[in-house]
Amino acid sequence: MTRNEALFQFLLRLGDNTGILSHRVSEWIGHAPVLEEDIALANTALDLIGQTTFWLELAGEVEGKGRTADNLAYLRDAWDYRNLLLVERPNGDFGKTMMRQFLFDAWQSLMLGKLLTSTDPRVAEIAAKASKEVAYHLERSADTVVGLGDGTDESHNRMQAALDDLWDYTGEMFISDEVDEVLAAANIAPKAASLKTEWEELVGHILRDATLTIPDSSYTHKGGKSGVHTEHLGFILADMQFLQRAYPGATW
Amino acid sequence: MVSALPSIDTVWEWLDAVPDPEIPVISLVDLGIIRGVVWEDDKLIVNVTPTYSGCPATSIINLDIETALRGKGIKKLELKRQLSPPWTTDWLSKKGRKALEEYGIAPPQPAGGPAKCPQCGSDNLSRISQFGSTPCKAQWRCDDCLEPFDYFKCI
Repeated sequence: MTRNEALFQFLLRLGDNTGILSHRVSEWIGHAPVLEEDIALANTALDLIGQTTFWLELAGEVEGKGRTADNLAYLRDAWDYRNLLLVERPNGDFGKTMMRQFLFDAWQSLMLGKLLTSTDPRVAEIAAKASKEVAYHLERSADTVVGLGDGTDESHNRMQAALDDLWDYTGEMFISDEVDEVLAAANIAPKAASLKTEWEELVGHILRDATLTIPDSSYTHKGGKSGVHTEHLGFILADMQFLQRAYPGATW
Repeated sequence: MVSALPSIDTVWEWLDAVPDPEIPVISLVDLGIIRGVVWEDDKLIVNVTPTYSGCPATSIINLDIETALRGKGIKKLELKRQLSPPWTTDWLSKKGRKALEEYGIAPPQPAGGPAKCPQCGSDNLSRISQFGSTPCKAQWRCDDCLEPFDYFKCI
């Protein structure tokens, strides 16, 4: 695998994580429990769409075949998507959506922190831009996880159920493969596994404050990073890509 | 023949007359998103940085810059997106901060929350939401005059 091939895959992973999570979060618009949360979710989704545009634009440039960010977002099928399975999990209730957001934000903030010193300046500058937004997302999702976890019996039970359901999808963040090896050797990106300890400390600390118990499970659902997805991704894409599939090249 | 191109200072003045499309009381220059204006021969290059990655006003802002400069007779123009260094609210001008407050939007503070209610000046405030009507704002409320207000987030 050449360095450019590895970088292309890595950029798709970053862009597809934010793109698919953005779509999931945007499903809440008009449905959130209170207006302020509706607005907060919409704004989070918007930041993630912006980050997706930057990552996929760069992916297209690195690939060198003239594909734009829109081409990559709207004209790839599920097996060409490279997002973590975690971000395609259904929203569930509000608590589960915020738990998924928190687990992802914690990872994304650490990953972007490492990418600030990437030897590829194009990667470093997007990371610098995105990391400011993600710090804000993490503050909110962590606060919400603590507020609901250490809240009423009802909210506590729902947050524990959310954590139990999502936990087995977090291990995929830390599985290194050839893409990481190639990029780590060039100091473009860190190995996936190198973020694990810091993530566990960060997440463990918040979950303790939230009075939640980390499931005693070492099972890991995986495959998203190499294009093997759960049944949910196809439904997301059917919705997200409908317009470009039905009316190819439509603009407005 | 050397035609007289407008000076860089003049172009900055023109840009300072272009309002932000979402918060029209401040200009694009006040907002700190115009990062550079230079002539390359007879082509004017304007570097613009986004506030937030997904800010939907970005394309309107570019259109407004282009319309304003074309209106002043600029023939050759290129707008470049500049991501680095990332935009920070430290780049808001003093004039812009003052205009925001007079308009009823509390300007950003390093402490992470508004210093005082833009309506009555009280510092007895609570946060309603970390987010607001645009990506750059959050919602707060004054617990004395009970008015809700926008706070320009500090990043």
